[in-house]
Amino acid sequence: MEAGSPSISTLSEIGTWFDGVKAEFLLNFVEKNRWKLLWDGLQNTLLITLVACLMGIVIGMVVATVRATWDTMGQNSRKGLGRSLLAIVDRLCRLYITVIRGTPVVIQLMLMYYVIFASSDNGVMVAMLAFGLNSGAYVAEIFRGGIMSIDKGQFEAGRSLGMGYTQTMVYIIAPQVLKTVLPTLANEFIVLLKETSVAGYVAVADLTFGGNRIRGVTYSAFMPLIAVALIYLVLVIFLSWLVGKLERRLRQSDNR
Amino acid sequence: MITVKNLEKSFGATPVLRGVNQHIGPGEKVVVIGPSGSGKSTFLRCMNLLERPTSGQIFFEGTEITGPGCDIDQIRSRMGMVFQQFNLFPHLSVLDNITLAPIRTKRMTKGEAREKAIDLLKRVGLVEKAASYPKQLSGGQQQRIAIVRALCMNPDVMLFDEPTSALDPEMVGEVLDVMKKLALEGMTMVVVTHEMGFAREVGDRVLFMDEGVVLEEGSPKDIFENPKELRTQDFLRKVL
Repeated sequence: MEAGSPSISTLSEIGTWFDGVKAEFLLNFVEKNRWKLLWDGLQNTLLITLVACLMGIVIGMVVATVRATWDTMGQNSRKGLGRSLLAIVDRLCRLYITVIRGTPVVIQLMLMYYVIFASSDNGVMVAMLAFGLNSGAYVAEIFRGGIMSIDKGQFEAGRSLGMGYTQTMVYIIAPQVLKTVLPTLANEFIVLLKETSVAGYVAVADLTFGGNRIRGVTYSAFMPLIAVALIYLVLVIFLSWLVGKLERRLRQSDNR
Repeated sequence: MITVKNLEKSFGATPVLRGVNQHIGPGEKVVVIGPSGSGKSTFLRCMNLLERPTSGQIFFEGTEITGPGCDIDQIRSRMGMVFQQFNLFPHLSVLDNITLAPIRTKRMTKGEAREKAIDLLKRVGLVEKAASYPKQLSGGQQQRIAIVRALCMNPDVMLFDEPTSALDPEMVGEVLDVMKKLALEGMTMVVVTHEMGFAREVGDRVLFMDEGVVLEEGSPKDIFENPKELRTQDFLRKVL
């Protein structure tokens, strides 16, 4: 480097670097419309997350209700068919939670795709199911924690007024549970969004898969992977912002 | 109105009630006193099956509520209960707290329940709190609302489980006043309490419970001025 003209040399270096970046960018995203791999992948990622979310909530609610019902009253209730049935269902729910939480989600996904639904090649559907079942176990524990955190007196007050079990659950317990678990629940779904990045293991073209495909053809890792990371980051920041807003609103209603 | 026969209740291996026999007539005010752990709360909670008796029978207005196939929700809607911890629903306004059960159990329309609630709130002097939430109220106010909530179902009997024990001393009076008014109106009441003044003034009959049985019972005059059992004398000496 010549001592007399450092600035010109630096400028041209920056220029060269910038040209490089531009070429990389064009190669990875613009050429042959490669950005579409990310765009299509993003759609799959969002679709899988959304459906898995909804499945998780439904499964979680049912499992949590069974578990909490058994824990709070099943053991003390009168012996009979209803009690035995509840005992069996409770056992099944516990087994489900243990298995799901005790094994990696990738393995569950692959078992689902290559073994249980080996005859189907609709990877997106299988991924929805696998992630939905997975998230259900975690959501169930979140809901159960919420139900257990409600004072027993609330339930007794409802029942003592002549309302049935279901009515008490729906009108008295559920609204309070929902309020306490909402932040944790939202968090669980932020985690879920990122967990779906392993869907590529069963050949689902999700966001991560799209980025990796680009890397595979262009032999340049930096651009596509950083792009994928940025998209996840933006999504998570957006979701966190939503959760924060929700939490603030809930807190306001606390101070009524 | 309520008949209890050989009522026994154990929690695991621990017996809490060991054979209680009682008959509570219409309009009667029965006050249950006794040391803590004597089973008085459990006795009360068995009457609307919040606790399921281990053995024995309970009859309410001729129906055996401990029998198989009894519609307990229907029975409970005719028995009001007031708890030590108030147990108001924190997510509902005072008015919704009161009208939720009458509406959901289809005993009243929305309009009827509202009207009745406002009327009852006026009687306990809290009508201006109808739109408030439980958290904004003092303990005494909350307990008065809880009484109104139970009354809104038009119960035939009211069960009180230590209704003033969780209150600051200066708020005990306002709750007892509401209960006294209710007694004067002829409501059948079973009250578990440590308020001996209230027991003496309002009770038709006082039950002294100890170690899971009704050890002694009689008019307030008998129990407070002339207790026969040593344990009763002992207890009264401590609390009076």
